[in-house]
Amino acid sequence: MMQSGKNVGLYEPRREHDGCGIGAVVNINGQRDHSIIEYGKEILINLRHRGAASADEVTGDGAGILFQIPHQFFQAESSRLGFFLPESSKYGVGMVFGSKDEELRSKCDQILDNCVGHYGMKVLGWRDVPTSNDCLGQIALQAEPTIKQIFVDGAGLEGESLERALYLARKRSEKLVRKNFGQKGEDFYLTSFSCSTICYKGMFMAWQLFAYYPDLADERVSSALAIVHQRYSTNTFPSWRLAQPLRCVAHNGEINTLSGNRNWMQARQMKMSSEAFDDNINDLFPILSPQSSDSACFDSVLELLVRAGRSMPHSIMMMIPEAFGQSYHISTDKRAFYEYHASIMEPWDGPAAMLFTDGRIVGGTLDRNGLRPCRYLVTTDDVVIMSSEAGVVQFPPEKIRRKGRLQPGHMFFVDTVERRIISDNEIKSKIARQKPYRRWLDENRIELRGLFDAPKLVNTDIQTLSQRLRLFGYTSEELKTILLPMALNGQEPVGSMGNDVPLAVLSDRPKLLFNYFKQLFAQVTNPAIDPLREGLVMSLMNFVGKKLNILAETPEHCRQLKLPHPILANEDIDRLRTAKRKDLKTASISAVFDINVPNVAASLRQALVGLVNSARQAIDKGASLIIISDRQASQTKAPIPSLLATATVHHGLLNRGLRGEAGLIVESAEPREVMHFCLLCGYGANAINPYLAFETLDYLQQEGELSPDTESSQIADNYIAAIKKGILKTMSKMGISTLRSYTGAQLFEAIGLNRSLVDQYFTGTSSRIGGIGLAEIAQEIIARHSAAFEQRPSGTLELDFGGEYYFRHNGQEHLWNPVTIAKLQQGVKYNDKQAYDDYAEAVNQQAKKLYTLRGLFEFIPGKAIPIEQVEPASEIVKRFCTGAMSHGSISKEAHECLAVAMNRIGGMSNTGEGGEDPSRYITDSNGDSKNCAIKQVASGRFGVTINYLSHAKEIQIKIAQGAKPGEGGQLPGHKVTEEIAALRYSTPSVTLISPPPHHDIYSIEDLAQLIYDLKCSNPGVKVSVKLVAEVGVGTIAAGVAKGNADEVLISGHDGGTGASPLSSIKHTGCPWELGLAETQQVLIMNKLRDRIRLQVDGQIKTGRDVVVAALLGAERFGFGTAALVALGCTLLRKCHEGACPFGIGTQDPELRKRFAGKPEDVERFMYFVAEEVRRIMSQLGFEKFEDMVGRVDRLQTTTAIDHWKAKGLDFSAVFHQPDVSEKSAVRFFDAQPSRLTDHLDWKILEQAKPAIEQGRKTTIEMAIRNTNRTVGAIVSNQIIKTCGEKGLPDDTLRIVLQGSAGQSFGAFLAPGVTLNLVGEGNDYLGKGLSGGRIVVKMPENSPFMSHENIIVGNTVLYGATSGEVFINGMAGERFCVRNSGVTAVVEGIGDHGCEYMTGGLVVVLGKTGCNFAAGMSGGLAYVLDEVQLFDTMCNLDMVELENVWKEEDKNLLFDLIQRHFQWTQSARSRYILDAWPDMLGRFVKVVPIDYRRVLEKMRAAEQRDTETIPATEEVFPWVK
Amino acid sequence: MGEVKGFLKYKRREVPYRPVKERIHDFAELDLPLTPEQIHQQTARCMDCGIPFCHATGCPLKNCIPDLNELVYKGKWRQACELLHSTNNFPEITGRVCPAPCETACTLSINDEPVLIRHIEFQIVEHGFKQGWIKPLPAKRKTGRKVAVVGSGPAGLVVAQQLARAGHSVVVFEKDEQIGGLLRYGIPDFKLAKSIIYRRLEQMIAEGIDFQTGISVGEDISTRYLKKRFDCVCLTMGASQPRDLNIPGRGYENILFAMDYLKTQNKLCANEPVDESPLITAKNKIVAVIGGGDTGSDCVGTAQRQGAKQIYQLEILPQPPDARPPDTPWPMWPRIMRTTSSHEEGCQRRWSVMTKKFSGVETRVTRLHCCQVEWTRENGDWKMKELSGTDFTLEADIVLLAMGFLHVTHNGIVNELGLKIDKPGNLAVNNYQTSEPSVFAAGDTVNGTSLVVRAIDSGRQAAAAIEDWLRTCS
Repeated sequence: MMQSGKNVGLYEPRREHDGCGIGAVVNINGQRDHSIIEYGKEILINLRHRGAASADEVTGDGAGILFQIPHQFFQAESSRLGFFLPESSKYGVGMVFGSKDEELRSKCDQILDNCVGHYGMKVLGWRDVPTSNDCLGQIALQAEPTIKQIFVDGAGLEGESLERALYLARKRSEKLVRKNFGQKGEDFYLTSFSCSTICYKGMFMAWQLFAYYPDLADERVSSALAIVHQRYSTNTFPSWRLAQPLRCVAHNGEINTLSGNRNWMQARQMKMSSEAFDDNINDLFPILSPQSSDSACFDSVLELLVRAGRSMPHSIMMMIPEAFGQSYHISTDKRAFYEYHASIMEPWDGPAAMLFTDGRIVGGTLDRNGLRPCRYLVTTDDVVIMSSEAGVVQFPPEKIRRKGRLQPGHMFFVDTVERRIISDNEIKSKIARQKPYRRWLDENRIELRGLFDAPKLVNTDIQTLSQRLRLFGYTSEELKTILLPMALNGQEPVGSMGNDVPLAVLSDRPKLLFNYFKQLFAQVTNPAIDPLREGLVMSLMNFVGKKLNILAETPEHCRQLKLPHPILANEDIDRLRTAKRKDLKTASISAVFDINVPNVAASLRQALVGLVNSARQAIDKGASLIIISDRQASQTKAPIPSLLATATVHHGLLNRGLRGEAGLIVESAEPREVMHFCLLCGYGANAINPYLAFETLDYLQQEGELSPDTESSQIADNYIAAIKKGILKTMSKMGISTLRSYTGAQLFEAIGLNRSLVDQYFTGTSSRIGGIGLAEIAQEIIARHSAAFEQRPSGTLELDFGGEYYFRHNGQEHLWNPVTIAKLQQGVKYNDKQAYDDYAEAVNQQAKKLYTLRGLFEFIPGKAIPIEQVEPASEIVKRFCTGAMSHGSISKEAHECLAVAMNRIGGMSNTGEGGEDPSRYITDSNGDSKNCAIKQVASGRFGVTINYLSHAKEIQIKIAQGAKPGEGGQLPGHKVTEEIAALRYSTPSVTLISPPPHHDIYSIEDLAQLIYDLKCSNPGVKVSVKLVAEVGVGTIAAGVAKGNADEVLISGHDGGTGASPLSSIKHTGCPWELGLAETQQVLIMNKLRDRIRLQVDGQIKTGRDVVVAALLGAERFGFGTAALVALGCTLLRKCHEGACPFGIGTQDPELRKRFAGKPEDVERFMYFVAEEVRRIMSQLGFEKFEDMVGRVDRLQTTTAIDHWKAKGLDFSAVFHQPDVSEKSAVRFFDAQPSRLTDHLDWKILEQAKPAIEQGRKTTIEMAIRNTNRTVGAIVSNQIIKTCGEKGLPDDTLRIVLQGSAGQSFGAFLAPGVTLNLVGEGNDYLGKGLSGGRIVVKMPENSPFMSHENIIVGNTVLYGATSGEVFINGMAGERFCVRNSGVTAVVEGIGDHGCEYMTGGLVVVLGKTGCNFAAGMSGGLAYVLDEVQLFDTMCNLDMVELENVWKEEDKNLLFDLIQRHFQWTQSARSRYILDAWPDMLGRFVKVVPIDYRRVLEKMRAAEQRDTETIPATEEVFPWVK
Repeated sequence: MGEVKGFLKYKRREVPYRPVKERIHDFAELDLPLTPEQIHQQTARCMDCGIPFCHATGCPLKNCIPDLNELVYKGKWRQACELLHSTNNFPEITGRVCPAPCETACTLSINDEPVLIRHIEFQIVEHGFKQGWIKPLPAKRKTGRKVAVVGSGPAGLVVAQQLARAGHSVVVFEKDEQIGGLLRYGIPDFKLAKSIIYRRLEQMIAEGIDFQTGISVGEDISTRYLKKRFDCVCLTMGASQPRDLNIPGRGYENILFAMDYLKTQNKLCANEPVDESPLITAKNKIVAVIGGGDTGSDCVGTAQRQGAKQIYQLEILPQPPDARPPDTPWPMWPRIMRTTSSHEEGCQRRWSVMTKKFSGVETRVTRLHCCQVEWTRENGDWKMKELSGTDFTLEADIVLLAMGFLHVTHNGIVNELGLKIDKPGNLAVNNYQTSEPSVFAAGDTVNGTSLVVRAIDSGRQAAAAIEDWLRTCS
């Protein structure tokens, strides 16, 4: 039996994620009717593609509906059951799940009964809820609870006071059941207990909800409002309570900062008090139950705030504040409101579409990034429908009064008592002014004068400096590689070629504690943010000091120190120490420990206890800021690692309920690189003073490494700026916008720390393979301490080189080292098997030097078989792939060489993110093919056209990359050669930016949609998804499997890269051994393993690596760096400079000439590896490779790990074999079911034959609705297959569709097709448009104005390369993101328009949202700027604004608008054309700076060539 | 690193020698050092590889070559000088005479010309001496331990310096009149001016090392005395037993071992008294050098300067190829055709030649009887075969035997202590410790003849081993 809620093997239930479809329906006038429930049903059913089913294809992940208590219905029911209800709102109803064990059930019910009595209410009676479970799947049935309703008389209480009493009673009963029955009482759960709303939910697919609960079909069940929810969970373990809606909300998205929010709630608990609850408040604790999901926690806190007296919209604004940075135009009062609340509560950060109700109002809001879609419409009958997609309920056009979408951070609000829709502005300004927040802030907020003025460096005593540098483990490499670039450029340093040094726990050298942690990052289930281009939503501001009661609000609440960012310069900390203010008391506690004792570990442990005690005493004496300092380190006292000290104090105070009493400031010599600061913040530090880093910078200036002409304050500023950017980048990887939520969120995984250490000091952190404890940490400190204070022989250098990044003799060991490189190259170049064997031996033989986790594994021998019986190498090499390296990151020569080699041996090469030259699709005369079998689709969508996709054997969606998960890339203009530009459909010399997330994957159901899109683009193609190993990757992989992917690739953290920030190369992700084992385990547990293949890559070098991976579950294997080494790479680690002398990682024509690699080199390498695999297989007794897959029972830990650190490792979780007794497969067997069978395109194709086969003009008419997704892609694939890349002549095939189109309408549309949509579209319209035309127009009888009406959704034309689009209405967020060639006319757009655009032409005839043109490096846009404020909405970093003055521009614009009118009959365009001379002046032309320069150059060249353009052209005088 | 793509911008510039016409008339050094501007460009060529094979595979001392290049590129000579000395005690010597395996391991040498590493080293250390940066580094504390070093070649000097800096009292015993061993008497002045050695000795004397010259251990002082007076002894007498050519006619008196020949000239240059009886000068004579290696080449250069009429250099192995052969792939030291400054000055080199017999007039050799040989490979081993009908003769007035060295001489201290000898005849050691616990050995004594740079490396490691041993045994 599967069990939820428990860690099994590497699986941790808390890593589960979900995404979903949500909806709400409300009658504005509060009229109750059964039709509202029916609408809810319709919404759910038409959102079914956003949910998922588990392995049995019948069990849904959860669905539910929340609505007003159907008084009439319950009255009738109760009288039937023999009790009578008081009038509406004077009684409460609870929907109670309980155990199937009758005795247990009745005991729990009794407890609830008692609790109701405890609060003076009376139980009127119970009702068994009728259910019909024959529709359920096996998995849901296993966990099915018994379901009853409890009816409670308010006994005089009503309305809010009754709600509060019910709330207290429920919380009390939950607490008592937990206390009495523990785990057994898990089934006891109240979906709702209220006098106004009730919630029906369970583990359903959408339709099952209504089949299961006959109540919902009862005409008497009526309501004025309803919220519905359909869940898509990454993995499906039976749990009914996880279904939504919750008691107040339905949430689509994910709270990324949950662990921090949880901890901070705990910190607040002690201080909580409220008149509303009086002494009963203890019944509410803990506010958050330990097992509840992110959405459930959010719901619990919201409920608490509301029951304690804040209004629901007020509470929502507190928990999901919109961005209020300086780039936003918002009212001063509202900004003050948010800032004031920032001092009280950190945001619950993450993508969210949140629908909420208290039975009277219904509201919806989006997170500040607007990462989940929500559309609404209002009918002429005053019904409002809100939902993740448009068109889920169909109305005739004339019945729709208004349509719209929720905007980022905005609230949509319906009050059924006031009977109106209240605008975002109105509701928020009302709340923002209900108290004088602005004045409170002005009078109380503490901003020390002089603080953060201009940081200076500290003059340094060189003698003690080097001693202290050694004490804190600095190396000269670090000074040069890390500190200098930061001080010089204010940027984090960049490197290449991945990470091949051992994990900290395997290294012989003493490592800083920081190195035992790995950053977590978002993949699939929520998106990373772009900290550069979308930095406006992010903030490093924080309030530090004493936190007051969260359930109240007073002026004193904000009497805290406001820090603009968490880095304090050395004089800042002096100012803090000497500040004389009543409310700002600092106390310093010393983080050092005595080393002149026999037992150093005990001394360290004692010091940690002392640290917490000192902090507590300081608080008792009234300190509001505690400075944890290691300045006292000396010959006799060693410094406690700053991270350990910080986390210890943070958790120590949390446990004592004191964490809210004071802010924590770390004054330490240890932190210097980005990761260090992130860790300190993540484990509770509010601010950090890296004093030694500043001193070192001063030293470096004295040494002449930094120019003497630079002001020292400039150097310090640069350094701080680099750290700030780095923190923002790290936060954004996880999709977190504010440091306030990141602080204490512990978004890290520990590798190599033992359980008890982690539990005690880093409570809540994952650490899955054990490792070192305090004793070893102490030993590492002592080693550094001795190095610092022991006498050094004359003639030795002050600092070691280090060798963490670059190989040095006596430095850190690297797996790629002179021996392995030389031997491998010798082997492949001269076909020298002995040399390969020496190489493999050097890699595999890790008995003496540990490099990798797998180095510590050992095969359990079997009955050996003769090698002749083993499957031939030629079969094994078919399982090999080369890594995804783009033509761009490597040269054309190297890229094609890899493709030829892999095609010859039947393996697969990978295009990487950068497109592919179509000429490579033609086979060479000698039979060689340069066509990469795997075509990658990454966030930049470079070169992703219908032609590209149609030539793939496999399409790989790159979610993350080992070297920089959660980050985008940037190809600087000087590297964009003509060749590269052509492949990527961009302009030479124009910078190309890949966004951090896929803008069409913000959630797991989005990924399922992209998989669907890609399968449509090439029916029959396999789709794989590339993930990076981190804790929780298994659950994501399960979600991917449910999303119909055919293969999932788990990449190790150490994979190569062309360029990536060093902190990402070193500190993100985990080894593939863990990720792969976890994935295998979770897939088996979910019975999903048989339908999906597993691939692995990341520093795989030898046959032994392959066999280990196979035993852990991998079926295919990727080689990146090793393949490049075979081609001549010697790991210069200079790819990011483009200076590869072997013509591999470069585009320089001179260097490319030097490329000397041959396909044979790669072939030999692959065969050598395969032969090594065979040798091991024969020893293990496997004849067939597939028999080896998943045989984790044949692995064990090397018997004698005799390494002072590694000996504590425990791999039992890695070697865990999930229960396979029910014949769960451990490897791939069957292909995924095809989901394309009912696609609309098959119907279109039936009629489109004459067009496609004979090129005859054809028009087809059809109806469409939102469940028809990705219309046009299959047709396009057919056209490309039949007619080739050029497709059909323009407008040959015209398809007219009436209704609401589903997502990805017109995706990858081929040339010659016109899709004419009359109605509306959803998200991703025109994704990857490849030459076709899309027209979207309003139905003729719609009553509203097109340019105020949302007609298409978010992320329209993402990655489109050519074609044209005319949209008769407004589009949502991110219109034309990554457009590289499409011409589009639209009548209004949301935020982030034209983001990352590199080509094409966009005309906006109406409003634009903020951050227009962020990262736009090419193409042009013309925007109608009626209020002359467009420049304030535009991100001016990369573009300039001009008037439209050139004749050619004027003509172009006029012509386009005219065509827009012709295609759509848009009234807006008619109006503009009619008043053309007046309107022209209101247009603004947006030109990327880079792009203009390039265009001018090209034009100049053209002019020189042809001399046809008169030389009299006037020159526009630029005004900067 | 210097400049991104600096190697595309600047070509390698070889260090020019003084013109042949001029230099063959004296024994002064040949190099014409590059200008600062040229050096700047040469350092800019270094790519600062992620894996610096020059440092890791090429240089036995693990000189931090990329870092040195970068420091020089940035004009930070002083730091460069300090860094260089942290791995190499005598860069002024390796900067002159090292064959630079770092350069053949340089990543650029794969498909381009390697970085000019050795000469940059030379520049760093010479700059350091000129600026007065290279000062004595006496130990901060004395340990009271005493160590005797026997032999003052590069290995012995390094052992002495390392141990003195660690605070031990070190006495170096040298049987010759001057300190330096092979450096002093083996390498001709035109490759290494002897003032260079004296300059370094000054530093070592200031660091407290006691040099005792003209003392042969086992003859002038007893081995027992040595063991009693010192906590530990380190033997660094080199591998001075030359390989002989026992063929008919070997007894003619004008057939000399190369080392005797070179030593005499070195003494002459330094105005040291020489034993007149075997004094031979090549003036107006025909010289045949047997042995194609570096010692042979030094003989060629010396003979040239003495005014030889004609010089032959005979090598029994075939002529190596110009390009790197597959059996020594990068980054290994390739067996390729190398032309030294001495060869440029005039010399006939012949390959695959075996000398079968000497003939002469009275006591003096006049003729070599030789033939061509052929080398073939059988089961991985090279086999040599005389080619019939290729016999020829060469006239010669002097024959110099430069066929390498066998091992340390076994008489004297080695015998007296009864030290274990390994198969090739070197002292058998375990981490530089001989079979006699308080006796260590380093350099050619242990390894057989090798490069100066390896002797320095061996000396540094032996010193570390001695340090450990002294610390653990009370």
